[in-house]
Amino acid sequence: MGQAVLTRLEGPAPETAIAADLIKRAAMVAPAAIVVFGMVWHLGGAISTAFAIALVVGNFALAAFMMSYTAKISVGLMMGTALFGYMLRLGLIMLAFFLVKDTWWMKEGIVPFGITLVVTHLALLFWEMKFISASLAFPGLKPGVSKES
Amino acid sequence: MSASAILAQTAAEAKNAAAAGTAGFGYGLAAIGPGIGIGYLVGQSVQAMARQPEAAGMVRTTMFLGIAFTEALALIGFVVFILLKFA
Repeated sequence: MGQAVLTRLEGPAPETAIAADLIKRAAMVAPAAIVVFGMVWHLGGAISTAFAIALVVGNFALAAFMMSYTAKISVGLMMGTALFGYMLRLGLIMLAFFLVKDTWWMKEGIVPFGITLVVTHLALLFWEMKFISASLAFPGLKPGVSKES
Repeated sequence: MSASAILAQTAAEAKNAAAAGTAGFGYGLAAIGPGIGIGYLVGQSVQAMARQPEAAGMVRTTMFLGIAFTEALALIGFVVFILLKFA
């Protein structure tokens, strides 16, 4: 018989797996994005692009860690973490930007920084969503599932 | 410095301050919507997990992606803010 009241979530955390996937994909995409933006906006653009990708990846990783960690403690805490974690992460992104906004590379590459921040975030999510949609709709296609089962 | 030059400088400074203030206000507004969205999303997901604990893994997966998508709106607001203020 199952638990009558669901107070915490045990077992493997899907958030961590998603974040790991996103980080792997970001590592695949990052060199191309850095080279492309570097050709258009020179060295400053390349550095700010790399910084933006690092921020996106860090944001995903922190979100996943906070959600999976708090889900093991309490569902209510996970809800609170989802909302206040969102504010915290936005604040951290803003802080990270304000720490480097006066550097030469950020002055030179603020436009590629902004573009990369939004485009990388959305592109990685769409990529992951496509993979997850296929896995949920056709579990047999999920990597790691044997053909015999 | 002539009076007209001082007036022009004051007007330019006022314009810059207004632009910065508007950009900051816009960013604040852009962060409210995703906040409401994430709150609603997580609340509904927890309800779904409570009703059907065996589907918790799938709900959590979808919830995490939903949170990240909703957060993109705030990131767009942030980028518009920095581009208006610093570019």
